[in-house]
Amino acid sequence: MPWIPRGLRDGIVTTRYPRRPDGYGEGFRGRVVVHPGGDGDLRAGSIAEACPTDAISIDAGQFCLDRGRCIMCGRCVELYPEVFEFEPDFETSAIGRDRLVVPDREEDDASVARTRSELARRVKALRRSVHIRHLDAGSDGAEEWEVAALTNPVYDVQRLGIYFTASPKHADLLLVTGVGAAGMLRSLQHTFEVMPEPKVVIAAGADAISGGLIGHGYAARGGIAESVPVDVYVPGSPPTPFGLLHGILLAVGLLPEARRPSTPPASNARRSVRPGTAVPGPSTPEDPPTEAGP
Amino acid sequence: MTVDGSAVAGPVDGFAERVTARVNDGARFCGLFGSAESDGTRLVAVVAVDGSLEIEAVVVPDHTPRFPSLTPTLAAAAWYEREIHDLFGLEADGHGRLDPLVLPLAPGSTRPRPGSGKPLDPVEVDLSPLPVHLRGEGVFTIPYGPVRSGVFESIEYLVETPGEDIPHLRTRVFYKHRGVEIRFEGMSVADGVLLAERSEGVASVAHAIAFCEAIERLAGVEIPSAAGLVRVIHAELERVANHLDSVIRHTEAAGQAVAYARLSLHKERVQRLRGRLCGSRFGRGVVVPGGVAGPLGPDAGQLFAALDEIEPAIRADLRLLMTTPSFLDRLRGTGVVPADLACRYAAVGPVGRGSGQMEDVRFARPYAAYGRLGHQLLEPKGDGDALGRQRVRNDEITGAFHLIRQANDRLSEEAHDGHAWGVPVGPVSGEALGWAEAPQGEVLYLVRVEDGRLVRVKPRSASFHNLALFHAAFPEDILTDFAFIEASFGLSIAGVSS
Ligand code: SF4
Repeated sequence: MPWIPRGLRDGIVTTRYPRRPDGYGEGFRGRVVVHPGGDGDLRAGSIAEACPTDAISIDAGQFCLDRGRCIMCGRCVELYPEVFEFEPDFETSAIGRDRLVVPDREEDDASVARTRSELARRVKALRRSVHIRHLDAGSDGAEEWEVAALTNPVYDVQRLGIYFTASPKHADLLLVTGVGAAGMLRSLQHTFEVMPEPKVVIAAGADAISGGLIGHGYAARGGIAESVPVDVYVPGSPPTPFGLLHGILLAVGLLPEARRPSTPPASNARRSVRPGTAVPGPSTPEDPPTEAGP
Repeated sequence: MTVDGSAVAGPVDGFAERVTARVNDGARFCGLFGSAESDGTRLVAVVAVDGSLEIEAVVVPDHTPRFPSLTPTLAAAAWYEREIHDLFGLEADGHGRLDPLVLPLAPGSTRPRPGSGKPLDPVEVDLSPLPVHLRGEGVFTIPYGPVRSGVFESIEYLVETPGEDIPHLRTRVFYKHRGVEIRFEGMSVADGVLLAERSEGVASVAHAIAFCEAIERLAGVEIPSAAGLVRVIHAELERVANHLDSVIRHTEAAGQAVAYARLSLHKERVQRLRGRLCGSRFGRGVVVPGGVAGPLGPDAGQLFAALDEIEPAIRADLRLLMTTPSFLDRLRGTGVVPADLACRYAAVGPVGRGSGQMEDVRFARPYAAYGRLGHQLLEPKGDGDALGRQRVRNDEITGAFHLIRQANDRLSEEAHDGHAWGVPVGPVSGEALGWAEAPQGEVLYLVRVEDGRLVRVKPRSASFHNLALFHAAFPEDILTDFAFIEASFGLSIAGVSS
């Protein structure tokens, strides 16, 4: 059986994430960060206008960016590099839709803390193993590749007790991709309903969160939130496998403390998001990327 | 080609005959598209003739919303006419089975009518069961989907079967219809390319190229040489990733765990390389109207180093797979698309090439930098089964790496002149076709634009065109072959009903 020895040929390729951080390459479009600036800038309005998904707004003279809408086209980064910057970081999932809007706001904290502890209570029973039912509610097809990649040897989610299941009756977690296509809403609701309690829903990708570039249309419902209650949001167009893994682990409370999204310090009404602060820096030195390269 | 709308519209009567005559003269039927206009619905049939595309057009007036069907003489038109019925409400007289395809609506609902520029209210999709075509004792229907068992795009297959054979397979593709065509309308061309990338996400690069080709044709611009080379590199990496995806699904269905793990590792490496070259694992943001957004991420040397690692590993594992009896047994004789059927349905891409339809638009109608790069045309690969399609994909992976290396060589050779990555594209007006050879086959874009605003965009994916003959690949196979036949077609549902 000539395949057996080949199985070992590449040595260990599996990422050690989330135990250790896993660097993703320089220049990768993981997320857009917003630095302070643009106060009173005359171009501000036209830059917000230039965003194809209306992800950028101006609030009290400051730019805000909604990662739930952002498709990482890079236009804002090109137009206003002093304010908008790409980071390779993929740990952008959030509990609570508001948390995708950066820089974040203090006033959300109390409700976020409530949502989070409610979710934590719900998922307590799941921690040993997690069964995921994926559902395509009108994706562009790329999301399915990234979800399927979670079972490849690099991510190998089984090592973390995460399994995909065909039966919604055995699923704990519903991982939904796509814009909320009208034809899929009934299947989406039905699948959610037959899943046993406790259950968790992840909106995977900008399309599922907000409809992405398609948004609301005659056949698209601007994401899935109208149809099922979403617990965790994973931005990206499409989200990367690491981003999805972060979202799944966040949802079921399996993320090590250092890898969880922070709560902003209460003293600052508005906090600038600087590289490395929005998500606490790794407590261990960054691992080199897994053998497969970034 | 640019399309001169006023000059080409002929009478509705005789339209079917005119298109059929061209196909009988050796043209390949590429598609039939509708577009709402002030006085009716314009229908454009596109055919490929000796290295160029030609069209036949008619305007079907609103007061008599019907036209003689092309389907009785051109099987390949069947799905296009069903799509036109869904979107515009036109009857194709003589079609025979004008069931809903991309958008089943309750009677009396407003049709989207792309091109009309009218705002639309959300529609309710009519999910009541479609008519069952087979009746009789012992016939039962097994639905697969729309939520599949596994990580798949949503689609429903209805298998109507007496016992173990599959006499009839019905495909319901409308579940994930998103309304992409309408969404294009009113967009700038710069936003349009972002939507083209998402109309069939696993073939983002090909869709972006086809869309931009149409825009550039209207603007009368040539993209810079370096931009053409960068387009080739990204498009070929996309091909490798898609072809690996198809064979990964084969190994998954066959339960070949080691081959599955190794090939999915290779695919992940290709995706990461693409991410390193442009910031997106799907090559998004690379292709822009007038050229590309910029140079390849790492320098040429790094790309070669990555290829030196990835390419031999992929080829060695594919070679081994092609000598693994348990793999070959599952594919040999499975999902046969006979040559005459592939010809009647004008099959494209690996599905076509596995059954004698050899046209590859990269070389038949060269775009980007393909005309300047050496390539080997494929030999016909015989049997029209899943194995034949796998052989085609293996050859295309080899060919893709060859093209990437040549393009990268050229890029470094030409580097001393300093590269221009794009040319300005002004606020163009007019209508044109653009094309590209996606991993699934020929992608077409029919684009109409006024002063830089998109008025009507019709993407036609290879997935749509080829899925129409999927049902015909089943006559002798048992249910257990389903996963293999599906994988061997290698299509994306997002592109079928977008
Ligand atoms: S990168 Fe995101 S926020 Fe910036 S313009 Fe593009 S979609 Fe908008």
